[in-house]
Amino acid sequence: MTVQERAALRLQERPRREASLWRDAWRRLVRNRAAVLGLVVVALLIAVAITAPYIAPAHYAAGDAADEHTVPSWLAAVLPGNVAAYAKINNKFLLGSDFLGRDLLSRIIYGTRVSLPVGFMGALTALIIGLVYGCISGYYGGRIDDIMMRIVDILYAFPTMLLIILLMAFFKTSFGGTPVPGTPAYTFNQINKAVDSILGLRGGGMLFIFMGIGLTAWMGMARLARGQILSVKEKEFIEASRMIGASDMRIILRHIFPNIIGPCVVAETLAIPGYINYEVFLSFIGLGVDPPTPSWGNLISEGAQALRSYPHLVIFPALALSITMFAFNFLGDGLRDALDPRMRGTS
Amino acid sequence: MTQYIIRRLLWLIPVLFFISVVTFALLRAVPGGPFDREKPMPPEVRANLEHYYGLDKPLPQQYLDWVGRIVLHFDFGPSYSSRSRTVNDIFAAHLPVSAQLGVLAILLALLIGLPLGILAALKQNTIWDYLGMGIAVFGVSVPNIVLAPLLILIFALTLGWLPVAGWGTPEKMIMPVVALGMRESAIIARLTRASMLQVIREDYIRTARAKGLAERVVMVRHALKNAFIPVATVLGPMFAALTTGTFVVERIFAIPGLGKFFVTSITNRDYPVVMGTILLYAVFLVLANLAVDITYAFLDPRIRYK
Repeated sequence: MTVQERAALRLQERPRREASLWRDAWRRLVRNRAAVLGLVVVALLIAVAITAPYIAPAHYAAGDAADEHTVPSWLAAVLPGNVAAYAKINNKFLLGSDFLGRDLLSRIIYGTRVSLPVGFMGALTALIIGLVYGCISGYYGGRIDDIMMRIVDILYAFPTMLLIILLMAFFKTSFGGTPVPGTPAYTFNQINKAVDSILGLRGGGMLFIFMGIGLTAWMGMARLARGQILSVKEKEFIEASRMIGASDMRIILRHIFPNIIGPCVVAETLAIPGYINYEVFLSFIGLGVDPPTPSWGNLISEGAQALRSYPHLVIFPALALSITMFAFNFLGDGLRDALDPRMRGTS
Repeated sequence: MTQYIIRRLLWLIPVLFFISVVTFALLRAVPGGPFDREKPMPPEVRANLEHYYGLDKPLPQQYLDWVGRIVLHFDFGPSYSSRSRTVNDIFAAHLPVSAQLGVLAILLALLIGLPLGILAALKQNTIWDYLGMGIAVFGVSVPNIVLAPLLILIFALTLGWLPVAGWGTPEKMIMPVVALGMRESAIIARLTRASMLQVIREDYIRTARAKGLAERVVMVRHALKNAFIPVATVLGPMFAALTTGTFVVERIFAIPGLGKFFVTSITNRDYPVVMGTILLYAVFLVLANLAVDITYAFLDPRIRYK
C-alpha cells in the first residue's frame, strides 16, 4: 500500500462532521452583508415585540379625547403646510396621536405583536401541512400521489385572497362573540382567547388570521416538498436503507427529510413577507385583527382617512411595515444563496 | 395541441364544481342571513322575501337552482342588497374597471421589469446591475398598501400633479396602475435577470456566437426567447394576484371596481354576488394558467403537449 493510498483511506475514515451543511450555510450567510442586516433587523423586531409592554410609552388602547390628533413640534416643522393652524401641537407623544388620542408610537410597537406572529405562524403552518402532505404524496407515489396532487391542483384554482376573506368572515362570525359552551365553535373561541392572551393582545382574533392564512398557504409547499422527494427517493442511499429493513417512517424522517428541508425552509422564509402582507390587507379592509388591537394594516387604513391633514399617521406605520418587508426579503434571499449556492441570484 | 387544450378546458368543470360547492358551503355556514337588519323586519315580510329568492328551499336544491341558471341562461342571479341590479349587471358595470386596472398594471410590470432585468443581466456586476436590482428590492419590499398613500401624498397632495382619486381619465389611472404594478415589475426584473444569466451561459449561445451571428441577434432571438420561459410561468398567477390585488388599490383610490362589492357582499350575506365573483376569478385563474402553458409551446419547441 503506497503512502497516497493510505492517506486516501485515512481521509475516508475520518468521520464526516455532523451538520456541516448548516455550518457552511451559516458561514455563507454571515458573509452576505444584506442578509446579516436583515437578520439583525428581524432580531430587533422580535425583541421589540417581546418587550413591547416595557418599551412602549403607553398601552395601545389607552387614549384621552383631549389628546386627539396631536402633532409633536418636531413633526409640525417637517410636515408640509401650516400644521399648527388646525392641529394641537403637543410634545406628549413622540410620533403624535391618532383620532382617539392614542399614542401612535405605542400602537406601532404593539403592531409587531400582530405582524411577526402572523408571518412566522403562516410559514410554520404552511411548512408543517405542506411537508406532511407533500411527503406522503411524493413518497408513496402512484394512485395516492395522483389523487393528492389533483386536490392541490383544484385548490390552486381558488383565488387565494377571496378565499381568505371568506374564511375570515366565516371564522369571525362563527367562532367569535360568545358561542354556546360545549360546541366546537366554543372550543375555537377559547383557543383564540388563549392565543390572544399569550400575545398580550386584548381580543385580537389572532387565531383566525393564523388559520385563514395557514389553510391557504400550504399548497405551494406541498408541491415543492413532493418535487424534492421525487428527486431524492430514487437515490442509492434510500435503497440501501430500505434494504437493511428501515421502516418508511424512518426513511422519510432520517434520510429524506434532511435532504429536502433546506429548499423548503428557504421558500417559506421568502413567503413570510407575503403572509404579513395578507394580514395587513385583511386589517386594512376591516377583516383582520379586532379593534382596539393595532395592526399596521388598520393603522394605515385609519391614517388614510386624514391623509391630507395628518400624513404622519400613515407614514410611520408604512415605514415600519416596509422595514420589516425589507428585512425578511434580505434574509430570505441570503438564506437561499447560503443553503443552495447554485441558486444564487435566481428569482 | 388542440387535444391538450380541450382536455385542460374540460378540467375546468370539476375545478369549478369543487370551488362553487366549497364557497356555497362556507357562505351558508356563516351565521346570519341577507335580510338581517338592525331593526328586524316583520316575519311575514322576511318569509316572503326569502320565498321570493328561493332561500326557503333545501340547500342542495338552492345550489342546483343557482348552477342551473348559470349553465342554462348565464344568469348569476339577483343581488339581495341592490334590488334593482342583478349580479350580471354588477359584473358588466364594474368588472371592466378592475380588468383595465389589472391589465394596465401587468403591462407596466412587463414594460419596466423586462428591460430592467435584461439590462442588469447583460451588464452583470456593474452599476446598472446594482441600480436595477436595488430598484427591484425596493419594489418587492414596499407593498401597494404603503405605496398607494405615499403616491397620493407626493404627487396629488404636495405637488398637485395628479388627481387624488377616481378612475376614467389617463391622469387618474397613473397612480393606481403604478401602485399596483410596481411590485410585479420588481419580481419580473429579478426573474428576468436570473434566467437571462443562466441562459447566456448555455452552449447554444456559444454556438450562435461561434457561427458569427451579430450579438444583437444572439441576444434577442436566442437568449431572450429562452429567458422568457420562467417569466411566462409567473405571469399566470401574477395576473390572478393582480386582479384580486386590485382590492386595496381600488379602495384607496376610490375606484369603482369589483373589489368593493366582494367585501361588502360578504358582510351583507349577498350570496349570489360572492359566489359569482369567486367563480369568475377561478375561471380567470385557470384560463390564465392555460394561456401560460400554451405560450410555452411557442417559446420552447422542446415542450410538446400530449
